[in-house]
This record gives sequence, structure tokens and C-alpha cells, in this order.
Amino acid sequence: MKSRRTFLVGNAGTVACLLIRPTSLFAQNDDSLAAAVRAYANGAPTREGRVKLDIAPLVDNGNSVAIDVMVESPMTAADHVVGIAVFNEKNPQREVAEFTLGPRAGRARVASRIRLATTQKLVAVAKLSDGSCWTHTVEVLVTLAACIEG
Amino acid sequence: MARVLITIPATAKRNAIIEIRALIQHPMETGYRRSSEGAMLARDLIRRFSCKFEESGSSKNDIIFSAKLFAAVAANPYLAFHTIASASGVFVFTWEGDNGFVQTERAVLTVT
Repeated sequence: MKSRRTFLVGNAGTVACLLIRPTSLFAQNDDSLAAAVRAYANGAPTREGRVKLDIAPLVDNGNSVAIDVMVESPMTAADHVVGIAVFNEKNPQREVAEFTLGPRAGRARVASRIRLATTQKLVAVAKLSDGSCWTHTVEVLVTLAACIEG
Repeated sequence: MARVLITIPATAKRNAIIEIRALIQHPMETGYRRSSEGAMLARDLIRRFSCKFEESGSSKNDIIFSAKLFAAVAANPYLAFHTIASASGVFVFTWEGDNGFVQTERAVLTVT
């Protein structure tokens, strides 16, 4: 008969695998998110700050989530925001939307509605006319996911 | 033709910053979902949006705002952005997407 001890030892490996697997999965998603941000930044270093991604921290319905991205910028010909992009961590595709602002934009602020497949990180990236890129990362908790129930 | 809702002020003071809101009726089918019979639903997205400003009495035709949309944008895509009301003219909104989807709408702004 299998004792309690041998049972526990024998299954420890399986349990460890179950515990480790999800974290490595997160790491992979994190990498692809960072890669997507890097691809958008096109070689420019990204820094935290200047941009703010406004989204509800707790989302009831992932099918339609309001987002609002604001960038601190004087929006003059010399210093303005060229583009704003939003990326996600765990939807089937990393890209959410990419916005291009013209010189007549006046204010660097864009709002939209997006889908979220699950609880995850979102990153907003602002590209400025001097080539610098600024980011803001937000963690969002989703209770009802898009794609599954949608 | 898809139904479109565009919100801009009818009149604005010169050089005031105005908000433009545009909503279009579209399913934004992601291509990742299955029907109740289990078949994959074909992708049907709006891929691009642009807003141009045609100044009245001038040949100026500036793109104010454009967007690349992906599957993560919710159905009936809604976009809100800003512009400087420097002159009277017409805003031309264009949505382009899969299956040859193209729709253009116009909105008039009078600057006082």
C-alpha cells in the first residue's frame, strides 16, 4: 500500500510543474509585449512617464472597455506628439490600436473602447516629435472576458 | 451603409480646441471566435480610420488624425480626439476594412 509520505513525494514533481508552468507562460507574454512596444518605438529607448492611460482597474465586461490616453505635451510645431499606441499582454494579438496625430491635433488625447480577453497588463506608448518614447503600464482585472462569453 | 454617429460642435471660436467623436456600426469580428455550430467566424475588421480637414475656400487638406485598428478594438468602434478650430471647413471621416469596407462621412464646422 502507498504510504502518505511516498504519495506526497511522488506527486511533488507534478505539483512543482503545475506551479512553474504558469509563470513561464507569463514570462513569454511579457516578452512578446515588450517586443511589440520595442517594434513600435523603432529603436528609441522607452521611458515611464508623460503619458497616462486611463482605464477602470476592475472591468466587469471585457467586450467593451473605455480607454482614454493623455500625453503631457505643449503640442507646438517644435514639440508635439506624433503617435500613440496601446498594447496588451494576453489578447490573441498584442496590438490594440495605433493612432497618428497630425500637426493640427491641438491636444494629445485619444479615447476609444477596447476588448480584453482576461486580467492583464496594458501599455500605452506615446511617440514624440523629438523621437523619444514614453510609456504607462496599467494592470486591469477582468471578471467577464471578451472572446469567450462574447 | 453602416450607421455612423459623429459629434462635433457646429460652431467654435477661432483657435479653440474642439473634441471630435466618431462611432460606426460594425461587428469587428476578430477571427478568433467560433459560431454556435463550432465553425470559425471569418475575420471582419475595420483596419483604418482617418479624419481629414478641408478648409473652405482653400485647397488645404490636412490629415488631423488617423488610426490603425486591430481585433482588440470593441465592436462599433468609437474614437474621440481633438483638433484646433483654425478655420471653417469640412471634416471628412473615412473608415476602411476587410471585405472591401469603405465608408466616408462629412461634418461641417463653422468658426466664428
